[in-house]
Formats: sequence, structure tokens, C-alpha cells
Amino acid sequence: MKILVMVKRVSDPNVMIRVSADNSSVDLNNVKMAINPFCEIAVEEAVRLKEAGIATEVVALSIGGTQSQEQIRTALAMGADRGILIESEGPLESLTVAKLTQKIIEEEQPGLVILGKQSTDTDNSQTGQMLASLMGWAQGTFASKLEISGEKINLTREVDSGLQTLSLSMPAVVTCDLRLNEPRFASLPNIMKAKRKPLDVKAAGDLGVDLTPRIKTLMVETPNERQGGTVLGSVAELVEKLKTEKGVI
Amino acid sequence: MTILMIAEHDNKSLKEITLNAITAATQIGGDIDVLVVGENCGSAAEAAATISGIRRVRVADHACYNGQLAENVAALIQTLAGDYSHIMAPTTTSGKNILPRLAAALDTSYFSDIISVESADTFKRTIYAGNAIETVQTADSIKVMTVRGTAFELAAQDGNAPVEVVSEVTDLGLSSFVSEDLAVSERPELTSASIVISGGRGMQNGENFSILEKVADKLGAAVGASRAAVDAGFVPNDMQVGQTGKIVAPDLYIAVGISGAIQHLAGMKDSKVIVAINKDPDAPIFQVADYGLVADLFDAVPELEQAL
Ligand SMILES: Cc1cc2nc3c(=O)[nH]c(=O)nc-3n(C[C@H](O)[C@H](O)[C@H](O)COP(=O)(O)OP(=O)(O)OC[C@H]3O[C@@H](n4cnc5c(N)ncnc54)[C@H](O)[C@@H]3O)c2cc1C
Ligand SMILES: Nc1ncnc2c1ncn2[C@@H]1O[C@H](COP(=O)(O)O)[C@@H](O)[C@H]1O
Repeated sequence: MKILVMVKRVSDPNVMIRVSADNSSVDLNNVKMAINPFCEIAVEEAVRLKEAGIATEVVALSIGGTQSQEQIRTALAMGADRGILIESEGPLESLTVAKLTQKIIEEEQPGLVILGKQSTDTDNSQTGQMLASLMGWAQGTFASKLEISGEKINLTREVDSGLQTLSLSMPAVVTCDLRLNEPRFASLPNIMKAKRKPLDVKAAGDLGVDLTPRIKTLMVETPNERQGGTVLGSVAELVEKLKTEKGVI
Repeated sequence: MTILMIAEHDNKSLKEITLNAITAATQIGGDIDVLVVGENCGSAAEAAATISGIRRVRVADHACYNGQLAENVAALIQTLAGDYSHIMAPTTTSGKNILPRLAAALDTSYFSDIISVESADTFKRTIYAGNAIETVQTADSIKVMTVRGTAFELAAQDGNAPVEVVSEVTDLGLSSFVSEDLAVSERPELTSASIVISGGRGMQNGENFSILEKVADKLGAAVGASRAAVDAGFVPNDMQVGQTGKIVAPDLYIAVGISGAIQHLAGMKDSKVIVAINKDPDAPIFQVADYGLVADLFDAVPELEQAL
């Protein structure tokens, strides 16, 4: 079975971003970029399935600018076999990303597609669900445990009230939550090897998908900053303030 | 405008977050129908019928909706979608699972976790872990979105709407429910509690959370956690507050042994009053806390409990 794993280039999640002066977007000039942390978990899971002899090949797909090749190389250094970049300048909506991915799936015929549960830039949490829908496949979102036996996936999901376990028919789409695994660090030899692994680049415009945006971003603004308050000397003082000054207890 | 609201429920009862989402729907305006999908979900449907200002409750009750499987529920909603201009759900793991799937099936865009309604086609939502807010607009004819509970007041429950049965059964057979492992707690739910006390890595282990629970019991509070505390196995995943966990905005949030990473702040910085207890005076949590105690939590928390 082939696994397609999706990796997205995002700003480093630990870097504070700034809104552009004209309030039209987030200013990403000179911001350190990285692989979306949830995508690292997705790659790790795919590579483990290959190491366990369940998957035969792991293909890493990214959709974005030329520089997204860096994130594909990260996936290759972690153990993916080859990469595909659908090149497109400028941000793409999730539905478009899902439609472009559908084209790759039709070509590659994977038995499983693994994505992150969420991009840390857009906080969308939707691409995997949309892709499963377009394919008419089962979906296992927010996965914290995944076992494959035969044509079925036994999948545990992190839900608001605890954990839910489902059985999914394959082919399927899975999105990873934080607890699915702990991604490995790529070793230097593997980083070197990854440079020689195949990476195929396709232009988004050549795949027969309508790329016209459906969503207009009218404004991007900075939320109200919270002001730090006072450091108190004692628990008694804290209780007093919460009772009389704020009336919250 | 005609709006379909997907109710959040556990078959027996309606989850309060549905009432927050209804307020968002009311701000869009027009008729509001509430859809309850589940197995043996009659009492949840009855509870939904008491929501003020709604036109009707539609209920789809069938074994194939056990576990609210995204494939079956999205397919069901798709059969009803033609009647509606907006299809909405509260932002929960269920809403986030089902609605994007529905949106793609309808070839329409989806907005996740809106925090304000600007007009019938324009909404605000947060991006980059809450460090920016975008205003987005769509011309799609059916607008699909989830709604952040803490951003909207609760709708009232003094109504008596009719309950109509939806007889369509959409069993795609793609997935099936196996089991669930649900958190049982006497305390209020994290996302609707008016006081939340959360512990982080500083708690050192799961047993130590009992000192937070004692405070919680005195205050009628819910107990939450940072990702580090969940990852370390101190407490279960449903307690995680943050960008990728639950978003809370209680009247009082007490962060104990939590450093205040961007991703944690994303889940609690809209709380009315924030208290931080941390032994490191430079911990970033103090930059957002109204009141800070630079102290060892193992001294300060029991002392706090005594003082209440
Ligand atoms: C993709 C992604 C998503 C994430 N999502 C989330 C999320 O949803 N929620 C979340 O919380 N995090 C999230 N994180 C993790 C986040 O970046 C931080 O790693 C995490 O919040 C740290 O948890 P912590 O504050 O408990 O631990 P630490 O940062 O280790 O802080 C522990 C604190 O406890 C204090 N302390 C220790 N002992 C004591 C004591 N005896 N008395 C008093 N104070 C003490 C220390 O001074 C320190 O400040 C995410 C990260 C990534 C990359
Ligand atoms: N442009 C993209 N390129 C590759 N993968 C993507 C892209 N956008 C989204 N994804 C995948 O979808 C997941 C969820 O993203 P989102 O729906 O944007 O929150 C990510 O973790 C990726 O695995």
C-alpha cells in the first residue's frame, strides 16, 4: 500500500507574527518558516507504517510556493520516499488544496492519506475532511492511535469528551492529533540522502482545477493586547482582590 | 435567510455550546432550524425544542448515527441543505469533523470557529494562534461554518418549537463506531465553566492535580491543563486548553505551573480575570495575568484552598 502524506510550509509556530501595516495580511517577510508541526506527526506515522511493513511507499505532497520544497525535503529526510510539489504562488483556500490533492490521488492511487489535524497559521482544521468528502472515503480526524489490519483501520480520536474509537474502511483519510506519535529528528546522513530523493514539481494551473478564490479577506487586525497586572505578595491578598476588586469568587 | 444549526448533544442532553452558537445564528437573522442527529436522541431533541426563537427542531434518530460518524451525518445534512442559506454548528470536535466534509460535498467554502458575525456573508475568525483576527467574506450560496462558543452569549430556553422527524437514512457504511472512553466528572464542563483552574508541567504528575481539584470543588470550577501536562500523561486529552485543545473564556482563569506559551494563551486569553501561580518571575504567563503570585505552587495552592 502506498501512503500519501501532506506537508505544509507555515511560519514557525513559536515565532510571534505581526499584522501588516495596511491591515491586509500577516507580514511574513523575514519570518522563520517551518513544517507545520501536525504534518511532522503525519510523516512520522507514515514512515512508521512503512517500517512496520504495512506501507510500501510514502509520498510527501506539498502545495505552495517553490520554497515548500524545503518542507518536502524535511519529510524525505524523515523517511518519505519521494516528493511532489504542486507549485502555486499566493495562498490557496482549503477547498482548492483538497481539489488539487484529489488530482494527485487519482494519479497515485494511495490506500491511505495522512494529514495534520490543523495548520498552525490558518487554524483551519478542514483540509482532510474536505479531501475525504471529495474522494467519498472514510475519514478519521484528530487521531491519537492508528492500527491497520487488512482493509480496515482501527482509529482512536481525541474528542471533546475523551476518546472515540472507530473502524474505517480503506482507502481513507486520517488527520493527526498531537498524541499520535513523537516525530523523529532527521539524522545528518538522512538529510544528505533526502537531497537525492526524487521531487516532482507540477504547476497548480496544469491540473484542471479552478483556482479562483471564493473567500475574500477584507481585513486582518491585531487583537486587543492584554495588559499584565500586578504581582501580589501573598495568597491572602489574591483572595481579597478576587473577592472585592473583581467580584469573581 | 434560513439557517440550519447542528445541535451538539450526547443523545440524552443538549450541550450548552449549542445555545452560544444559536446567538450567532440570531445575529445573522432569519429562520433557524435546529437539527439533532443521533441514536436514541429524543431527549436531546426535546431539550432543543425549548431554545427560544427557533422555527423548528428536526430530528434524525437512527443506529447509523451512533457516534455521530462524519460520513453519515454529513451525507444526511447534504440531503437537507437545499433549504438553507447557512449551515452552522458549534466549534466542537464533532462540528469540526462534520461541517468541512459537508462543505466540500456542497462545493462551498467553510469558515472554522468564527468569533463574530459582521453580516450574513462576513465573519471574523482568529488565525496564528489568536495573534491575528481576519475578516472574511464569501459569495457562496450556502455558507457553512462553526462558531466559537465563548464568543457569543447563551440563547434563552423558554421556547416550545415543534419537533419534526427527518426520515432519510444515510448509511454509507464507510466507518463504524467501535467504542468510546469518556471522561466522567462531577465538575462543570471546561468550555462553559465560569471558573477554570489549570495545571501545567509544574504539577509534576497526575496525582498532584488533586490539589487543584480541591480548589475547584470549593469554587465550582472546572479543571484544565496545558499540552505539556497532557503529553506527559498527567491528565487526559479532553482537559487540554489552547490553540489545538479547548478554547475557554471564564470569568476567572487560574494558571498553575504553566509557563504561558503562545499556544496555551490562544486558549485562555479572553478570560475576564487571569491569575498565574508560577515560581519563575519571568514566565510569560505573567504578561497576561491580572494577578500573579511568584511562588511554589505546592505552597500557594493548598494555601489558596484554605483561604476560600
Ligand atoms: C502545534 C502545537 C500545538 C500546541 N498546542 C497547545 C495547546 O493547545 N495547549 C497548550 O497548553 N500548549 C500547546 N502547545 C505547547 C506549548 O508550546 C507549550 O509547550 C506548553 O503549553 C507548555 O506547557 P507548560 O506551560 O505546562 O510547561 P512548561 O513550559 O514546561 O512550563 C512549566 C512551568 O511551571 C513552572 N513551575 C515548575 N515547577 C513549579 C512549582 N513547583 N511551582 C510553581 N511553578 C512551577 C515553571 O516555572 C514553568 O513556567 C502546542 C505546541 C505546538 C508546537
Ligand atoms: N498547502 C498545503 N500543502 C500541503 N498540505 C496541506 C496544505 N494545506 C493543508 N494541508 C494539510 O492539511 C492539514 C490541515 O490543514 P488545515 O485544514 O489548513 O488546518 C495540514 O496539516 C496539512 O497536512
